[in-house]
Amino acid sequence: MPILELHDVSKSFDGFQAVADASFDLVPGELHALLGENGAGKSSLMNIVAGLYRPDKGRIRVKGEDVHIDGPSIAKKLGIGMVHQHYKLVKAFNAVENILLAAGADKYRTGLAEVEKSVCEHCEEMGFAVDLKRPVGALSVAEQQRVEILKVLVNGAEIIILDEPSAVLTDSEAAALLKVMRTLAAKGAAVVLITHKLGEVKAFADRVTIMRGGRTVTTADPKGSSLADLTAKIIGQAVCETRHPAKAIGAPVLHLKAITGARADGHRTLHGVDLTLRAGELYGIAGVGGNGQPELAEILMGVNRPTGGTLEFVGAGDISRSNPAERRKLGLVCIPADRATYGLAGELSICENYIVTGVRNGRFGSWTRVNWRSGAASTKDAVSAFEVLGVRSTRQKASLLSGGNAQKLVIARELASPPRIVVAHSPSRGLDARATSEVRRRLLEARDAGAAVLLISEDLDEIMLMSDRIGVMTRGRIVQEFEAPADRQLLGKAMVHHD
Amino acid sequence: MTDFFINWVANIPGFAAPFALAALGLIVSEKSGVLTLGAEGYMLVGALSGVGAILLLGGYPMAALLIAAAVTSLFSLIFAVMTVTLRVNQVIASLAIIFLGQGLTSLIATRAGWLNVPIAGLGKLNVPGLSDLPVVGPILFQQDLVCYLLVPIFVGVVYVLNRTVIGLKLRAVGDGPDAADAAGVSVNLFRYGAVMAGAALVGLAGAYLSIGIAKLWVDGMSGGRGLIAIALVIFARWHPWRALAGAVLFGGIEALIPRVAAIGLQVPQYFVMMTPYLATLAVMVWASTRGRERAAFAMPQALGQPHTREERH
Ligand SMILES: Nc1ncnc2c1ncn2[C@@H]1O[C@H](COP(=O)(O)OP(=O)(O)OP(=O)(O)O)[C@@H](O)[C@H]1O
Ligand SMILES: [Mg+2]
Repeated sequence: MPILELHDVSKSFDGFQAVADASFDLVPGELHALLGENGAGKSSLMNIVAGLYRPDKGRIRVKGEDVHIDGPSIAKKLGIGMVHQHYKLVKAFNAVENILLAAGADKYRTGLAEVEKSVCEHCEEMGFAVDLKRPVGALSVAEQQRVEILKVLVNGAEIIILDEPSAVLTDSEAAALLKVMRTLAAKGAAVVLITHKLGEVKAFADRVTIMRGGRTVTTADPKGSSLADLTAKIIGQAVCETRHPAKAIGAPVLHLKAITGARADGHRTLHGVDLTLRAGELYGIAGVGGNGQPELAEILMGVNRPTGGTLEFVGAGDISRSNPAERRKLGLVCIPADRATYGLAGELSICENYIVTGVRNGRFGSWTRVNWRSGAASTKDAVSAFEVLGVRSTRQKASLLSGGNAQKLVIARELASPPRIVVAHSPSRGLDARATSEVRRRLLEARDAGAAVLLISEDLDEIMLMSDRIGVMTRGRIVQEFEAPADRQLLGKAMVHHD
Repeated sequence: MTDFFINWVANIPGFAAPFALAALGLIVSEKSGVLTLGAEGYMLVGALSGVGAILLLGGYPMAALLIAAAVTSLFSLIFAVMTVTLRVNQVIASLAIIFLGQGLTSLIATRAGWLNVPIAGLGKLNVPGLSDLPVVGPILFQQDLVCYLLVPIFVGVVYVLNRTVIGLKLRAVGDGPDAADAAGVSVNLFRYGAVMAGAALVGLAGAYLSIGIAKLWVDGMSGGRGLIAIALVIFARWHPWRALAGAVLFGGIEALIPRVAAIGLQVPQYFVMMTPYLATLAVMVWASTRGRERAAFAMPQALGQPHTREERH
């Protein structure tokens, strides 16, 4: 008997139909993958189950009984736990406090001690490294993701919903997580997994349900279908990923010399990074998360200063002290990993987010006047050229875009005028297959137009597919460089074996 | 000189108590994410209801203090409904509370004939045996009950805020309402609770002004102390003990003025009114130069933001 059944559930936001007559069922003991493009309505559907969204219509049954999930506390009573895509964490609290809050314990001191013990056990089991003392808001995205996962693991649930848990995890962490889920399922739990990584689905899922445009279109057995089949079912066409090596590699444009850096709390994370970016070349930085990648990206973006070393921009000298605006003028653009913090201003409109970089340089007006008409027109063009879906109007808040579409908007803006250097940090995180290939194509286009592209990614497949040269980053240093195509085994070795 | 000093220090608790209680009340309220600027209104309501209670009951200052706290708490329901349920802009709702408090109290005081009527008020309570000690006796052991209770009240509130699950939930509601909501905490319930509990403390501060110090009611008698309390909260970065220290500092300055005047120096009253803000500015400048991680999260992150579940940020 299914533990959870959804029948013809619909949900709309201000007249926009996010979920349309969706049906879904889940039986104990299974790991059920929920797939679909960005904006298909996967998160919305599961948020209904978690009690965060109230459905407009439809029936929900838990263990065979009709229920009205009128709030997260009711979902919790029904044994439903969810790892949210937009982390539900109190940023001022540390990890343990956040988990205690979700546990709803009534004793503070003993509760903290119990939670901390349980967190440590789970961390060990999964190979997670999380700083339990620092406020969650000061942690990296990957660490926040781990805390969000630990919250559900520590507190336990019969119905576990994972909304893109592996987007920022390394392969081994993701595999460990899904193995734990398999054990929980074997003990009778039911798991819903939302993901864009079909490899995981093939390896771990018992069933898949695919959503498109708010509807659930099919339910299938992943063992019986190939990756290409699944992709085709999800987006209605096949995508193929092949390497496109650089055609013409030009002169160096940026030299990083002995860059050292530290986190906000003073912990040193970069210990002398040396590398050179060349025009028309894509340089990939591979490495296990937490080896200094976020700090390096922030230093390149100009939101953080290095504690030592220089960033020599050929023709402009050392830019390590210049601010993001000055860097932009030189043609250095960034696609940050943390879209919500650095990429977009969620409360502002799509149009405002798109034109913000072009106002002062005269594209959309000037200091004293914003040319809204041309701004809106360009935004519309960019939205259709980059296939940003789910845009009802360019005046809509940017935070309403689904993850993948938000990323497409950022890329559309950053590549609007031909850049000289592009720094892309996990640019395809959380993106569906089509959006991913779209984003990759754009980066390669920028490269072929003569830009130097730096790709920082924890996804080794992405690095191998895209890069012309690969640097492996371990403990705050580039420890080894490889010419592409590189050998996966050797890369993997360099990533772990180094002191 | 020592007499001057002892006399001055012995008067500090009485001057500091209203600042301290009001600031503590605001901290409780604001920790839940509700920007509370209406302390001036709360204090007036507390002050008048204290006097009214004494006049109606014919004495009982302790009971009057409690009644004043309760009445202010009920009065703050108006603010809670406006900001939490109706999601009115919290600055505007605060201003409404100030003006409502001022208007309502002078109207009721005139109608009821409570204006300028002297009352017995709260007496000093000498601690037997200790109050006769030299120096420390008059400073520490010849105060009134509210001053003695000040530290226990702070200990209690700090304990609840930082060492209990209720406090954890209250802070969560102010720092991350979305996260608190997803964790099954009722954001609105906690905000109502915090606004009303905070108002009770601010009302107590007001009642102490009328019952403990002035021992009568005059219109607008809070005299800007509610505004100083707001500055104190920012100055203390929402930290209760620092707010208490600030209150003692400003109580000390306020207590000094009449004494300095008595020996012939004139200090404008506005200077006193100004110092908390100057100090607040100085602290904020100082704090901004030190990028400590925890300090960055001192202010409730969702302060001033109404919460709706289905809204995406
Ligand atoms: N709270 C909300 N208010 C308004 N619109 C929303 C809200 N939540 C979701 N939507 C809209 O509903 C649609 C579906 O969003 P949803 O987040 O469910 O997609 P998704 O399938 O999870 O996509 P992704 O893979 O990018 O996470 C999107 O177009 C989104 O803009
Ligand atoms: Mg989603």
